Amino acid sequence: MADRNQIISAVYAAVDEFTESEGVALDKRLDQRLFGKEGALDSLGVVNLIVAVEEAIEDEMDVMITLADERAMSQKRSPFRSIETLVDYIAVLVDEAGG
Amino acid sequence: MADVALITGASRGIGRYLVGRLLDDGYIVVGCSRKPPEDPPESDRYHHHLVDVTDEMAVRKLFSTIRRGHGGLDVLINNAGIAAMNHAMLTPLAQARRVVDVNLIATFLFAREAAKLMKKRRRGRIVNFATVATPLKLEGEAIYAASKGGVVTLTHVLAREFAPFGITVNAVGPTPVDTDLIRSVPADKIDALLERQAIRRMGTLADVGNVVDFYLRAESDFVTGQVLYLGGV
Repeated sequence: MADRNQIISAVYAAVDEFTESEGVALDKRLDQRLFGKEGALDSLGVVNLIVAVEEAIEDEMDVMITLADERAMSQKRSPFRSIETLVDYIAVLVDEAGG
Repeated sequence: MADVALITGASRGIGRYLVGRLLDDGYIVVGCSRKPPEDPPESDRYHHHLVDVTDEMAVRKLFSTIRRGHGGLDVLINNAGIAAMNHAMLTPLAQARRVVDVNLIATFLFAREAAKLMKKRRRGRIVNFATVATPLKLEGEAIYAASKGGVVTLTHVLAREFAPFGITVNAVGPTPVDTDLIRSVPADKIDALLERQAIRRMGTLADVGNVVDFYLRAESDFVTGQVLYLGGV
């Protein structure tokens, strides 16, 4: 099973990088909304955050995942709604990758 | 710190030529190809990787290696390509799919991964490879010309998608250049093709290099979404 705390730590590291590079403040809390209704990010913001998260997971957990995969893009409820849904989705991908 | 350039299809032909040219210009050059280079450059600024450009995981690992080893990427030359020169009715579907995979899908894959690295520095240059076979609508090259037509559209759209990140995306469309790619094409076909150019001669490696140089120049940061065909096509 993927270490959820390690994933949260990696996502927060990506949030820090995103906040610094994009100048858009995101809170490091699980219920922080990201994309969609009441989301803090526009579509370019999502692109930037997703790329930062993929790199952070690779650097901190040594697992290569693709967040914007076919499942994520076709789900009725996007895994990019909030930090919590993002962490849940990453846990699934990390498990599948054997991380 | 020298700029970092990635060149696909770097083992021979135009790719191998551009490796030498960018090394001469002071770049750190990462080359990739399926087979080892026949004539590898002697430079400690050159790094070669054996990669099938259509293998997504292998390509992602290559980009991960570049990010960790060089801290980022400044230039992508999307040169890898294969040709299929058959009448459409004699073109096997597996070959058609392979041509589209290598020429179009791999160009997309490399551009996607390159943009992820380039956007951090808010600058980058992507150069794709088109061909005069597309605007000339060459018979016998249906799937090749179509795959490269896709590269033209990709170039136009990616230029817009990547512009907010300071990344330019352009393409060069060579005429026939004397490389392995066209070695199997009969001489009369080449002659007929040259007749349709404004300047009726074979292209040279330096002709292609000149266009690439132009796209890579710092002053070309306002040039994007362009496809430059050589020979006056």
